[in-house]
Amino acid sequence: MARYLLGRVGQALAVLALTFTAAFLLLQVLPGDAIMIKFMSPDMGLTADQIAEIRASYGADRPLWERYFTTVGNFLTGNFGISIQAGVPVSQQLATNLPPTLLLASLAFVAALILTIILATVSNMVGMEWLRAGLQALPSLFISVPVFWLGIMLIQVFSFQLGLVSVISPGPVERLVLPVLTLAIPISAPLAQILMRNIDQVLAQPFVAVARAKGASRNWVLWRHVARNAIMPTLTIAGVLFGELLAGAVVTEAVFGLSGLGGLTYQAVGNHDTAVLQAIVVVSALAFVTINLIVDLLYPVLDPRLGTKVGAAT
Amino acid sequence: MTVTPLLQVEDLAIAYKTGDREQRVVHGVSFSVAPGEVVALVGESGSGKTTTAQATLGLLAGNGRVESGTIRLNGTDITHWSQKRLDSIRGAVVSLIPQDPGSSLNPVRTIGSQLAEVLQIHKRGDRKAIHARVIELLERVGLTPAEMRARQYPHELSGGMKQRVLIAIAVALNPALIVADEPTSALDVTVQRRILDLIDELRRESGTAVLLVTHDLGVAADRADRLVVLQNGRIQEQGPVKDMLAAPRSAYTRRLLADAPSLGKPRPARPGIESQDFAIEVTGLTHDFPVSGGEATSFRAVDDLSFKVRRGTTHAIVGESGSGKTTAIRSVVGFIKPTAGRILVDGVDLTTLKGEKLRQFRKHIQLVYQNPFGSLDPRQTIARIVEEPLLNFEPIPAADRARKVRDMLARVGLSENFLDRHPRALSGGQRQRVAIARALVLDPRVLVLDEAVSALDVTVQAQILSLLDELQKTLGLTYLFVSHDLAVVRQISDTVSVMHKGRQVDGGPIETVFGRPDSAYTRELIDAIPGRGLPVLAVPPELPPRLSP
Repeated sequence: MARYLLGRVGQALAVLALTFTAAFLLLQVLPGDAIMIKFMSPDMGLTADQIAEIRASYGADRPLWERYFTTVGNFLTGNFGISIQAGVPVSQQLATNLPPTLLLASLAFVAALILTIILATVSNMVGMEWLRAGLQALPSLFISVPVFWLGIMLIQVFSFQLGLVSVISPGPVERLVLPVLTLAIPISAPLAQILMRNIDQVLAQPFVAVARAKGASRNWVLWRHVARNAIMPTLTIAGVLFGELLAGAVVTEAVFGLSGLGGLTYQAVGNHDTAVLQAIVVVSALAFVTINLIVDLLYPVLDPRLGTKVGAAT
Repeated sequence: MTVTPLLQVEDLAIAYKTGDREQRVVHGVSFSVAPGEVVALVGESGSGKTTTAQATLGLLAGNGRVESGTIRLNGTDITHWSQKRLDSIRGAVVSLIPQDPGSSLNPVRTIGSQLAEVLQIHKRGDRKAIHARVIELLERVGLTPAEMRARQYPHELSGGMKQRVLIAIAVALNPALIVADEPTSALDVTVQRRILDLIDELRRESGTAVLLVTHDLGVAADRADRLVVLQNGRIQEQGPVKDMLAAPRSAYTRRLLADAPSLGKPRPARPGIESQDFAIEVTGLTHDFPVSGGEATSFRAVDDLSFKVRRGTTHAIVGESGSGKTTAIRSVVGFIKPTAGRILVDGVDLTTLKGEKLRQFRKHIQLVYQNPFGSLDPRQTIARIVEEPLLNFEPIPAADRARKVRDMLARVGLSENFLDRHPRALSGGQRQRVAIARALVLDPRVLVLDEAVSALDVTVQAQILSLLDELQKTLGLTYLFVSHDLAVVRQISDTVSVMHKGRQVDGGPIETVFGRPDSAYTRELIDAIPGRGLPVLAVPPELPPRLSP
């Protein structure tokens, strides 16, 4: 058990290190950099010497390997560098922009799970066969819907036509309803599909027949026997889809005009603000790795077969 | 005096819906089970025996439907009860012992909680009372220490132990009727015997009736009071076991009795058995598997196994699961390198061959696998499947290949019509014929048959065994026959090695080993063969009626 845990944590750290390095190298090979974009504009009227001086003050004139190790050292001590465009520390920008995005992503994740479970449960109720067929077709529809279009449609329907959610100065909760839905619906689609298929597979297992033969009702079997067995593969996919959620958050924030990591990323890309981008990549990777680590650590809790050594006692 | 039957099935017809069509699989079946009686539903796969049994529990598969007829339990017609109403009697009045203990327990819940569940559903007492009853039941079915067992998960138990848990669940509420659907077909023969004894014992204690579904006439003869023989969804014959075995009226029952391997005679000793021409000589075969963790660093799966097989004869390797028989034959066909020992096939030491030489040598020793459904590529035609081995060795012109394939199919009793078909269009017996044809197309000298007839129904099994016998005579083949089924082994083999925990505990000519076994283990195996209740007539005169010492 301790070995399993250590192994997983080690893997997570390795993924983080690789992501950091890959992001660093890719950002360095981009032509041009933030200093040029900001200080070479004719409005500034700086001479080439002055620009070279500014470059030196940012450490941009050092060789690649030296900058790499400096950045690694800085990140390990929690120093993410300084945004050249904004002239403030990146950590300060993250402090304002990360929490709203994390809140949005987490709410969407929870909403997606709830949606998934509702879809799967309703479609398995007796007498709901017609609904089941319909619902099983729905997820494929959800998957093919682009996030930005969904966001616009939700605003169109709920805000403009039904007037349920106000667009002008909405409250803190009201503001989040539509963005969360926009993000949750496309994620819940593949999840629900996988969960439904798993439920069907588990329902065909002989131990379900044994439970029915004990006199257990359909719902009893569904909740006490099928749920835990069917949820495990779904969790794996949920972890993987969390990455999609982060990407979706960028688009969603743009559509709904929310400030957050999305806006920050957008600006930073435009300005080639490498320090900011490096920090965003690492933070996103950290979130992704953490979610998947949690999923991995949940397995042995959900499935006792993974907790002990294989081999039947005699 | 007339007793109201506990279970009365009258004129039952059941259909399954596939696509838009309804296909009837049970036609007008009527039988009854009296309180405390054991009735066996006997038949081959597709006979409708399991469907009939499921219907008595109201647990037909989703696309199944009772078309007509009635099922009465204690005089009450339950045929059209809702699932909700049936829930109140399932587990309490009628219970189930399922076929495959391996997958019949929820892998993520402890066995204690799964046993407690049946008591919770029917609200028998509070937490404490239920726990006490769980412990009592586990002790009753021989799972001790019960407190520890209750906290274990299914994967920590062996197959026989899992079946004990399932029996405890079935008897927990003292039901009037237990439906036992092939309760022991997935278990080793010695475990099978202990499990059947346990069911018998519990049944007698509480006067529970049992509807025993089985394909094994031997099991039915040993354990049932009455037999109901089904074929293609129709009852062929029913009556008291003794009468039916002594004087079967229907041709089908006679066929089943004739094909049941437990009745078979050992093959007579053949001429040439004293010859010193050995096709296979295995000396001191040992195989260790590395084990991670724990005290020991390796596990000895095969320990010092030696045997010789004369050319043109059949040697059987018999053992239960975990005996090492599979590992042993994997070495003999050259799939794995043994840790120690020599394997001579036609005088060539297989253990010294490597790479291309080993591959070329495979031509001489071919394998037929257990599962005829998994061993044929579903996308290939039969012609292609049989032809494939020829493509792996020196090239033969296409016309010659086609002729060889046709010849070989004819030899295994399949017409040319089969050439363009796909495996899914074939029955289990036909598929196994294809597998044999594929193995023989390279003209091997040795054929290794790994549980090659275990997945087949008795009549099909008998046909394949006689085909193998005929092929051996005409082609002079040497067989290495691996099986867990002593009855089949007795029918087909000249010599035998009995394996137990990796060691050979008995070996030699078949009549010696079966008549005067050296080891207690072999004796136990022989005693456990079901079918002692079968007619004495069928026991060959040269052997005493009882094989036990």
